Amino acid sequence: MATATKGGGREPAAPAATAEAGPRRNARRRRGSGAPYVLLAPAVLLLLAFLLLPVGYAGWLSLRANRVTGGGLLGRREEGFVGFENYASALTNRDLWDAMRRMAAYGLVVVPIMFSLALVFALLLDVPRVRLRSTARVIIFLPYAVPGVIASLLWGFIYMPKVSPIDRVFEWLGTTPPDFLGSGSVLFSVANVAIWGGTGFNMLILYTALRSIPLELYDAARIDGCGELRIAWHVKIPMLVPALGLTMIFALIAMIQVYNEPQALSSLTTAISSTWVPMMKIYVDAFVLNNVYAAAATSIMLALLTLAVSLGVLSLVNRKANGGGTR
Amino acid sequence: MSKSAIPQRAVHGRWVRRRSFGVGTLSVVAALVLAACGGSSEEGGTATTSPDSGGSGEPVELTFWSWMTNIKDVVAIWNNANPDIHVTVDRLAEGDDLVTRIITANKAGNLPDLMQAEYQALPVLVSNGIVADLSQDVKPIRDSISEGAWNQVTWNGKTFAVPGDIAPLMMFYREDRFAELGLTVPTTWKEFAETARSVRAADPSSYLTSFSPGDTGWFAGLSQQAGADWWSTEGESWKVNIDSEPTQRVATFWGDLVAEHAVATNATYSAEWNAALNDGTQLAWVSPVWGAGVIAGIAPDTAGLWRAAPMPQWSTGQDVTGYWGGSSAAISAHTKHYKESMKFLTWLFTSTEATKALVDISGLYPAAVSGQEYALQTVTPAILKGQDDFYRLAAHAASVARGFTWSPNVTATYSTLHDAFSAAIEAGTPLVDALPAIESSSQADLEAQGYQVAK
Repeated sequence: MATATKGGGREPAAPAATAEAGPRRNARRRRGSGAPYVLLAPAVLLLLAFLLLPVGYAGWLSLRANRVTGGGLLGRREEGFVGFENYASALTNRDLWDAMRRMAAYGLVVVPIMFSLALVFALLLDVPRVRLRSTARVIIFLPYAVPGVIASLLWGFIYMPKVSPIDRVFEWLGTTPPDFLGSGSVLFSVANVAIWGGTGFNMLILYTALRSIPLELYDAARIDGCGELRIAWHVKIPMLVPALGLTMIFALIAMIQVYNEPQALSSLTTAISSTWVPMMKIYVDAFVLNNVYAAAATSIMLALLTLAVSLGVLSLVNRKANGGGTR
Repeated sequence: MSKSAIPQRAVHGRWVRRRSFGVGTLSVVAALVLAACGGSSEEGGTATTSPDSGGSGEPVELTFWSWMTNIKDVVAIWNNANPDIHVTVDRLAEGDDLVTRIITANKAGNLPDLMQAEYQALPVLVSNGIVADLSQDVKPIRDSISEGAWNQVTWNGKTFAVPGDIAPLMMFYREDRFAELGLTVPTTWKEFAETARSVRAADPSSYLTSFSPGDTGWFAGLSQQAGADWWSTEGESWKVNIDSEPTQRVATFWGDLVAEHAVATNATYSAEWNAALNDGTQLAWVSPVWGAGVIAGIAPDTAGLWRAAPMPQWSTGQDVTGYWGGSSAAISAHTKHYKESMKFLTWLFTSTEATKALVDISGLYPAAVSGQEYALQTVTPAILKGQDDFYRLAAHAASVARGFTWSPNVTATYSTLHDAFSAAIEAGTPLVDALPAIESSSQADLEAQGYQVAK
């Protein structure tokens, strides 16, 4: 290629390239590999400064603790290296295991329901002759636009017996209203807030993925006699597997990091303790008990769990997408 | 198609355009460094301890972290009268949030000269080496402040702060609602329980008061009144005694009321609690002197309908109360202007001029005796309009209040207490059954932190 002569060559595509290649070659060489690094530099520096260095610092902190030395009544606290003691005490902490169990139960409620709703909405919106498509899309997506804390407070007012509109309806009907914030139903009440807020976002991901499916597949399916339902089952859903994997990872990460909803509702009910989910336990350790070392250890453990879950789902998705396909 | 040419162009060209690459990276790094510097100097301006002012012309700059209402106006009085010592106030956070902020600032070397701290937060600050030992310098002002208040800032004979305001418990009640339902003001806890039941019988939508598991300081104050000593010291060891008879008495009393649904269980300051104060479905609140201000803020339309009374006693003839809250101010152990800080602190909490301002402008009930005497002449709080003896009751409560020594793990204990009581209410089990677990958890936490605990 480098030796193609100016003004003529065997391949029709080459002249355009080589014609410009001649006089401009030196300039191109000088400009070549510098620009990407310069453009990447801000992002890399920000990643380093605000993600990698703090994570490293948290890892460092998790190996240390504040212990009282020097005797005396109030003593003197000194920060020192304690090895994996923080991790050991986190793993044997009953509160943390209770919180993990609750988080798993919460995930079992939120992930399937949100998943299914998002999928159903996306499929419905993708039907060819559906009416009011944009309006429906906006309405379904709107709850996601409400910031998490505000949404939780909003739902808190809807759940509180004294001011709840739902309770007014039940009273008008003459029956006793359900107790949204009692210990039996508080998990579902919290899950409801998350589902309400998150379904729209996941629906949008799935809808966008649906929109990128080549139309020839639908034509082929219709020629074979498929109705809408069978197209959805045999064509759309298999093609959605990568997007479903992405949605699943988002939902699982949201489950592990759940914090906003229980924290905002905790002041309204005695059924939510101060360490109801792992993130709340980390918050209490760091900012209430001023034990940032234990909080760092728990955070690192949670981060590793998130990594494991994400990798697990990704490998599952890859196997389904590649292994079960036409290859 | 020119599209295919693009990848080829990128493959060629291995010369790094050094000058543009270098300039580009340098400018990016410089921008980030400048941004970081600019940001920290903005914060550092108010938080760093001021450098030594050499000459006599330059005023000494002090920084004071405090959340008292309108404290800036009180400090302005000092600044106008003392041009050589200038105090800057920063309201960064309140209560326990400020403690977290102080501990972080200590790590960064950014402590202010003076800081406000609640009594139960002081041990944590002392053990982190954040506050200075003031024992010698408070000797001249010892008599200006009551002994009960000094006990809250002293450990093993060493004093680490000057008490600012104190909060002895009293009771506020709706006089009009009491008249409406034909109730008399209870003077003993037995009468209080009967009044609670009468309220429920007379008006099923109302409660005498609410029991909030989150008000851990309030529960501590009630236990103080009953005679409890959750923590005490034996030489250099701590003794934890939360599961003691007085605390059990208090827990049983309130647990029974909760079980009978004679009191509500909504959290203080919650929307439901606010609504109940406003529409008269909560008739009373056992709270300290500052409760008047809180009620005024939440239910201003009920002005003039409330009255203050002494807290109910456990037996007729007894006269004792407990504390809920109150704060002090301490001087940083690393300040470069100890003498000037001590001068300002003495003025702020013991001088007639400053305590007057704290009562009038900040709405506090001062620990200083002169301030309490001044308060006797001030205007009654709005919600108690029509009652002339409020500050006399407050002064009396201050004189009979008792507290107990605060340990270095009060916050952890409060957290366990809150969760344990919430769980008990949720499960319907007696509150008093949760006390042994709370005590052993607090003890284990102290030991885990490295303190000596006497069994």
